[in-house]
Amino acid sequence: MRVAAGYPGTPATEILQTLVRLDPDRRVYVEWSTNEKVALDLALGAAMGGARALAAMKHVGLNVAADTFMTAAYTGARAGLVIVSADDPGMHSSQNEQDNRLFARFARVPLLEPADSQEAHDFTLLAFELGERFDVPVLVRSTTRVSHARGVVRRAEVAAARAPRFERAPEKFVMLPGWARGRHRALLERLQALAAEVEESPLNRVELRDRRFGVVTSGIVYHYVREVLPEASVLKLGLSYPFPTRLVRRFAAEVERLLVVEELEPYLEADVRAAGVPVEGKAYFPRDGELSPDLVARGLERAGWPAPAPRPRHAAPATAGRPPVLCPGCPHVTPYLALRQMGAVVSGDIGCYTLAAMEPLRAMDTTVAMGSSIGMAAGLARSGGAAGPVVATIGDSTFLHAGLPALADAAYNGTRITVVILDNGTTAMTGGQAHPASGVTIRGDAAPALDLPALCRALGSGWVRVVDPYDLAGTRLALAEAVAQRGVSVVITNRPCVEMPVKVRDHPFAVDDAACTACQACMNLGCPSITWSDGWHTGRRKVQIDAATCTGCTVCAQTCAPGAIVPLAGWSGRA
Amino acid sequence: MSAGPSAARGNILLVGVGGQGVVLASAIVADVALRSGADVKQSEVHGMSQRGGMVSSHLRYGPAVASPLIEAGQADVVVATEWNEGLRALPYLRPGAPLVVNLHRVVPPGACRDRLAGRFGYPPLAVDALAREVGDVRACDALAIARRVGSPRALNSVLLGVLATLLPFPDAAWRAALAAHVPRGSAPANERAFEAGRALRWPEETWAQAAAAGPAPNGNEGLARGVPARLAVTEAWCKGRACGICVRACPERCLALDARDRLVVVRPEACTGCRLCELLCPDFAIAVQDACVEAR
Repeated sequence: MRVAAGYPGTPATEILQTLVRLDPDRRVYVEWSTNEKVALDLALGAAMGGARALAAMKHVGLNVAADTFMTAAYTGARAGLVIVSADDPGMHSSQNEQDNRLFARFARVPLLEPADSQEAHDFTLLAFELGERFDVPVLVRSTTRVSHARGVVRRAEVAAARAPRFERAPEKFVMLPGWARGRHRALLERLQALAAEVEESPLNRVELRDRRFGVVTSGIVYHYVREVLPEASVLKLGLSYPFPTRLVRRFAAEVERLLVVEELEPYLEADVRAAGVPVEGKAYFPRDGELSPDLVARGLERAGWPAPAPRPRHAAPATAGRPPVLCPGCPHVTPYLALRQMGAVVSGDIGCYTLAAMEPLRAMDTTVAMGSSIGMAAGLARSGGAAGPVVATIGDSTFLHAGLPALADAAYNGTRITVVILDNGTTAMTGGQAHPASGVTIRGDAAPALDLPALCRALGSGWVRVVDPYDLAGTRLALAEAVAQRGVSVVITNRPCVEMPVKVRDHPFAVDDAACTACQACMNLGCPSITWSDGWHTGRRKVQIDAATCTGCTVCAQTCAPGAIVPLAGWSGRA
Repeated sequence: MSAGPSAARGNILLVGVGGQGVVLASAIVADVALRSGADVKQSEVHGMSQRGGMVSSHLRYGPAVASPLIEAGQADVVVATEWNEGLRALPYLRPGAPLVVNLHRVVPPGACRDRLAGRFGYPPLAVDALAREVGDVRACDALAIARRVGSPRALNSVLLGVLATLLPFPDAAWRAALAAHVPRGSAPANERAFEAGRALRWPEETWAQAAAAGPAPNGNEGLARGVPARLAVTEAWCKGRACGICVRACPERCLALDARDRLVVVRPEACTGCRLCELLCPDFAIAVQDACVEAR
């Protein structure tokens, strides 16, 4: 492989980061692209140029790249092109749990489903070979439990890649309608050839054990089935599109009763049915959320199969919920505090700041997809239904990912919205990845840093203001002025993320217990460094600040009317 | 099923809060098992842990491991780097199996939200009750121990030291794995923390440590004032929207100005009587009548 690109997104982020770690000699060109479509465009171009290329993204990232993805199935490429989609059943860190196996069927490209770390390694290599043999992009679909797993991996010898060479072939690579028609027919012919391949592929494995129970499964669920019902016969599908119809019929003939066990959509089940094989699946297993060995066992039980009973266990004691929160000193807090006080209708976006939708800030009204905040704010403004000013809030990385066209649109059409760009210089939610405005590449090399205020002006916003979010009054005033503008106004906050790339740790603050009136105003920041102390004041709990985690941002001190929050005495720098 | 973790097979669940080194600790245990020739699978969920959320890492080793997930009632050991997370993981622990738990508490902001009653949403440090339920509880203030040996960040190594006494792996494997995974600069501190954890003696240490950690702040009982305060507003003195300070300042967001620019209490049940509105009103238009205070 020579080229790899992607956009950070849980649980796909580690793919490129691991590649960088394992390739210190820089034999592979690796980049964080501005979004998934750019990443796939880059990978497709590289593959057309004759270099094996990989594009890695989370499941919803493939929606962004879908435009390229669907037509890349027509063009194919010279060298192998592998798209890795890391799905997130159970939505550990996602806004939906779409099943991207359907994308393979939609685009009609081969689909590989690794079940563990070793297979993730092996299947990716096989994907390149398969793609080159059939001149087709290949989708490798992982899920959180495969992506965020570690296991023993034996690395295979990789044959040296051929020297890349771009050969002109406009009839294949230029999708004018006339040429595209031919390529669509080529795609259908290729499917015929692939249909024969999948029947024989070693990736699809029949394991015959007890003939009374036959299970068709794929991915991580294979291991759950093996764990729960080790004696069952299993058809494990590693290459599940095109569907191996004959193989499944053969397997069905060997067993008394057939079940499909799969996470999310009844994807395999539909194909087994289409093969004319009577089968059950989603009648016993949930169609939403993650499966687990326990859920598989309960499903088998409902199907009348032998399954281990639930183990004896300790009762769950009462515990405190621990939802994710914004970090101590997070520069995203004050804009939301101000927006809530203003009664703004706030259209949010994807990032750490989405957490501002929850108590105690509770200052976000919508969040749907990457970059959607600006367009949706324009729609909310045009709806005429918003009682307060309409404000879009979007992080720097998300803004560059998909916010630019929407800002140009709002400015062009004179829509009255305010856009707050929460510029912390990094892609914080996924662990601090670089982007075009952060001045550094994925390999840590210096890069030109994009000028956000100039960019917003160039996109047509006539009113752009940069504000320090640690200045509560200044942030309030800037926002008040911004929402009074007639067209698009932009407010950019300029404090870096306190965690990445540099841990910001300034003089911590402390509570003067005698002065604290326990009014709880500081508690409205939701800062994890501030908790209740043992002290009381007229029936309310006083507060304390954990000096070990306080970053010294000063915001709580600015909210404290009695002036009880003061710099920690006797502090002499961090140990 | 085996009675406990053996050299051949084991399920170890590590839980905690983002930033406590749960994933690193788990990688070290995985390495130890690998060095002993086992197949190892590890699965972790840490999507939003960097934002103060919880982290859990399932670690399974044996001749051949299928599922990377430990099911309820099947963990041979649970190692918790935080008290509340240890309690949360309890249903995973096989009855009779040991719980290794840090007595240090990381209180989430959400546990301090019942402002009117002052009820604290964080579970009390009831080590006695836990020991009655679990049997083998190995509780220590790992943070304090780590601090004592040189680095608070090594608290996970203290707990690994405790875990090492429960697993059948050789000392050399632990040392090699520790050295291979912790940042080079902090290797001595981590080694000392590991030793300190391993040197603890059970169950005596559990009681000694619990007694030492007992007086930590944040008692659980609420004061249960229960009665919201009432506001008396002198309308003639109030400037309404031209000012609006009280509406913005109210921590409980109880106040609003109505269509006729009069101050109204929109959530009277939430008023804690903090008097911030009274204190900040430039026109002395608000008086807070707090039955709770007047009763004293």
